[in-house]
Amino acid sequence: MEVELLEIRQHMSRFSPFEGLSDDLLDALAGQVEVAYFKAGSDILVLDQGLHELCYIRSGAVEVYRRNGDLYNRLGEGDIFGHFSLLRNHRVRFPARALEDTLVYFIPEPLFHQLCEFDEHFADFVELGRPRMEAAVEQHKQANDMMITRVRKLLTRYPVMIEATTTVQEAARLIGDAQASAALVLDAPDDNPRCTFTDSEDRPWKVRGILTDSDFRTRVVAEGLSPGTPVGELLGEGLITIQSDESVHEAMLCMLRNNIHHLPVLHRRRPVGIVHLSDIIRYETHSSLYLVSNIFNQSSAVGLAKLAPDVRAAFVRMVEEGANSQMVGSALSTIGRSFTRRLLELAEEELGPPPVPYCFMVNGSMARNEQSLVTDQDHALVLSDNFDAKRHDAYFLALAKRVSDGLDACGYPYCKGEVMATNGKWRQPLSVWKRYFSDWIDDPTPERLLHSSIFFDLDSSYGEEAYVEQLQDLVAQKAPKSPLFLAALARNALNRTPPLGFFRTFVMEKDGKHNNSINLKRRGTAPMVDLVRVHALACGSQAQNSFERLDAIGNTQLLAPGAGEKLRYALELIAMARIRHQVIDIQNDQVPDNNIEPENVEDSERHNLKDAFQVLSNAQKFLKYRYPLPVRIGRAR
Amino acid sequence: MALDLETTGLDARRHDIVSIGLVPFTLGRIRWAERRYWVVRPIRPLSSESITFHRITHSEIAEAPDLSTVLPELLEVMAGRLAVVHFRHIERPFLDEAARSHLREGLRFPVIDTMSLEARRYRLSLWARFRRWMRRPPVSIRLSDSRARYGLPAYQGHHALLDALATAELLQAQIATHYRSQVTIGELWS
Repeated sequence: MEVELLEIRQHMSRFSPFEGLSDDLLDALAGQVEVAYFKAGSDILVLDQGLHELCYIRSGAVEVYRRNGDLYNRLGEGDIFGHFSLLRNHRVRFPARALEDTLVYFIPEPLFHQLCEFDEHFADFVELGRPRMEAAVEQHKQANDMMITRVRKLLTRYPVMIEATTTVQEAARLIGDAQASAALVLDAPDDNPRCTFTDSEDRPWKVRGILTDSDFRTRVVAEGLSPGTPVGELLGEGLITIQSDESVHEAMLCMLRNNIHHLPVLHRRRPVGIVHLSDIIRYETHSSLYLVSNIFNQSSAVGLAKLAPDVRAAFVRMVEEGANSQMVGSALSTIGRSFTRRLLELAEEELGPPPVPYCFMVNGSMARNEQSLVTDQDHALVLSDNFDAKRHDAYFLALAKRVSDGLDACGYPYCKGEVMATNGKWRQPLSVWKRYFSDWIDDPTPERLLHSSIFFDLDSSYGEEAYVEQLQDLVAQKAPKSPLFLAALARNALNRTPPLGFFRTFVMEKDGKHNNSINLKRRGTAPMVDLVRVHALACGSQAQNSFERLDAIGNTQLLAPGAGEKLRYALELIAMARIRHQVIDIQNDQVPDNNIEPENVEDSERHNLKDAFQVLSNAQKFLKYRYPLPVRIGRAR
Repeated sequence: MALDLETTGLDARRHDIVSIGLVPFTLGRIRWAERRYWVVRPIRPLSSESITFHRITHSEIAEAPDLSTVLPELLEVMAGRLAVVHFRHIERPFLDEAARSHLREGLRFPVIDTMSLEARRYRLSLWARFRRWMRRPPVSIRLSDSRARYGLPAYQGHHALLDALATAELLQAQIATHYRSQVTIGELWS
């Protein structure tokens, strides 16, 4: 390689999408750029000029604008621009101006196309073929398949290995010295090369069998064998083993099928360890499945509260194993619902059976099965119409109080907006609830709906499920017929907007202002969920989960073809970023929150999030246009 | 074109050219892909200091052609172009000396010297004289320090081509900052 290219190529190889390029492509790139200097404030690309180069910022900063003059993006060192035009009609669609004194490298078009052709990552990044947001989600999915925990992950040490001629007494001593509970028995290799491996000193061996603690009891002592018996004589036929790249789950099934507690693990033919059933149990203890069953085994609210750290551990493990946001959301919601149910069961045990039937309704993220680790409690009581406040309310208030206090102790803080069954307004018979929902839908104003939109994510968690189902039916029937309601809801869905993207270590707002951190819930997932809810209600869907709502919306003509898919990818990306940063917080011994700091956001994640914010922003614009507030009513007053 | 020579020393009569880097450019674009580079064998042996300085090794030198074979090619590329250098007291005398000894005639050519453009502003101006009167240290007009003033990145220097590129970028920055784009050559050259 030519020395003079080093400077340019080392710089470019630090940034996306050049970081994965082969050395040959990088050399070609570093040798073929053109260079130009732009004073702060000067135009780099002018609207509609012809463009046959990709622009790379070597130093300085650049602002990119929309046709109408709105700021589209602010770019810094290592960022590229101009690729949209290169891939379309070679006319500049987004003019660019130097924000600071800037040095730009121009990559000629033939080379740009060569990079697209020979490097898939580069092509994805510049949106050739398929959009990069989609590519990022798909990539995560693939990683997920590969991240099934392998059984080798449970191994902590090499197996104790002894020769078949070793005496039983010596073997017992060797196993004891190693503080192990089993050993593999080796023998000279026979004719079958498939069982032969060579040790570190190049001697060939075959694994003849396994000797466990219980063998000493059942095969030596019980049979009255002498301590001098060679261990080879104790072994049965047919050793059961597992390959080290099999899943933990497969290892567990293998042990259950064969009723064994020790399972030798081989890498090809070489033994690399022995898993014991207790290793698997210890591992599974951190799974959400185990956690749920543990919740139902608790006999007091105090016991439940002690499980709070386990929720975090299960959360971290799920994310590390590559779960997507839907898996994490539904697992955490299941855990949250289990806490709620168990608290209700315990309360009923203490307070006696309820005087009239009831349904414990959950709202917000728990109803949507999208809970995260940082979430407060939102719930209400829907009571039988036989409810008589004078005679029955004391019981239900006590019930609600126990659940609410219990949830708080388990790590679900009280709802600041008082959306809890302890609030008398939200502890009402079904007929009153029907009236609430009818009023909200028939006589909506954005202000009235601001605090009640949370009730439009609703699900039963315990008791007479039919009550909440009736409310879901009512909403699904009435909402699509009320344009005013949808317009008011849509108006509220625009209250919170995403930022434009990131610039250096700042979050950049649409007006160009900078912030040090961003609340990904408030500025990302929440507005996205709000937006999806409006469309879902408009099409009369009963789905509560945002992804399921998007499925329902996809069956209608509400959104342009492909728009729903984009929303799905954008939601997944933002939700996953939020989840990943909560894991980072936990791993750094910090209290997990919904904030992310730009300096902790990787280069590729920045680009993905920026795309996702863009999708959300466009979808918000469409929402306003699709559900306009009828002006006639305004004039009539 | 931006031109940079790496030499074994500062005196054209005692020292030799080791490498020549040349990058064609306009005020709008630096055409890096059209860069030219020659390593030449010096007449006098290379000291070890200058080897570490230029990152050119003995073996590279041993295989390199004589300056006499490179010179016609170089002159052809230079023809019709205006040379831009940083510190003209290297490129001019060394090429003049080379032409004298190999072609038996002197070589004189106009240059724009980015260092003297910096000097006009930071050494000779009223403001610079005031600074000197205030006994403040003079502003550095070395290539990397000059570049830093215009927000240009630091390059790991002392390769003739990279220095030529750095010089071309500097001239673009100087003109964008201090001059009209229609400035005449007469105002700039030395």
